[in-house]
Amino acid sequence: MNRQKFLQGVKHGVPIGLGYLSVSFAFGIQAVDLGLTPLMAVLISMTNVTSAGQLAGINLMAVHSPLVEMALTQLTINLRYALMSLSLSQKLDDDMNTLRRMIFSFCNTDEIFAVASSHPGRVGHSYLYGLMIVPYVGWASGTLLGAVAGMLLPAFLRTALGIAIYGMFLAIIIPPSRKSMAVRTVVAVSALLSVCFRYVPGLNRLSPGYAIIVCAVIASCVGAWLFPLGREEARA
Amino acid sequence: MTWQAFFPYLIVMAVVTYLIRMLPLTLFRKPIRSVFIRSFLHYVPYAVLAAMTIPDVLYATGYTGKGSMNGLWAALGGLVVACVLAWRGKGLLTVAVAACAGVAAVQGLLLLF
Repeated sequence: MNRQKFLQGVKHGVPIGLGYLSVSFAFGIQAVDLGLTPLMAVLISMTNVTSAGQLAGINLMAVHSPLVEMALTQLTINLRYALMSLSLSQKLDDDMNTLRRMIFSFCNTDEIFAVASSHPGRVGHSYLYGLMIVPYVGWASGTLLGAVAGMLLPAFLRTALGIAIYGMFLAIIIPPSRKSMAVRTVVAVSALLSVCFRYVPGLNRLSPGYAIIVCAVIASCVGAWLFPLGREEARA
Repeated sequence: MTWQAFFPYLIVMAVVTYLIRMLPLTLFRKPIRSVFIRSFLHYVPYAVLAAMTIPDVLYATGYTGKGSMNGLWAALGGLVVACVLAWRGKGLLTVAVAACAGVAAVQGLLLLF
């Protein structure tokens, strides 16, 4: 374990963890609203570590859906992680053996993935373990706080917290879009498609989980076709 | 919800989610040669986050597509603040907190009308 890299990872994980605190707080409130106990909500957060999937999951529990439907819904909503894991597999240091890959996989969320893949050069276990810790603790403790104390917050504050996760997403995609024409194009195409899947009659019948995958695959193909990476870029 | 009903759901959710993340990362070891596939994978995170943000962010603060528009104005306020700060290269936490503050500010302004 490289202490310096580990601490660098911890530092990079702090903003993610604080963002998660507010997002999982909202999840905790919703879980209790739907009839789960605070301990159940925390167990879900500690074993799943994913916002969209968990939210869909508690809604399915509330209507007593069959387990098969639960499995298929999680598969669809979370299939983007397979794409992310595949993408990140190209960036891992040689010190990432099977066990270390299995440990890190548990916390490969959208934001952790985005920060790890925008890190210059290859990433190894020291950095990734450091990066995981604060977001994981933030996710679990935010859920607990929301489930136990959420109702004590004034309504306007609970509403304002709802945008936190999107602020974080924008902070990840806008700076590289400013610098790179390629990223700008990919982001614009994906956003445009996403708007179509929401509002165009017919297209809007596709479930949100599938829509994200279709948007991401088409936009990334457009990017790869118009702006193939040079050898050096692709390795970085 | 009883614990007997809860546990099967919990296990199914956790196992499916973990396998989706773990299998590609663990089984896939070789560097990919194809420039197209490498470029594709490089663009995936930006594409995923863009699709998750637009247009969902407009519905993040209580707007449901019908009824009161206040939630939509609040979301737009937060969105503008987030975009400006992100454009200036501010960090994740700064942008997230400022977006919340933007939403709260618009909510406050709307009380005046």
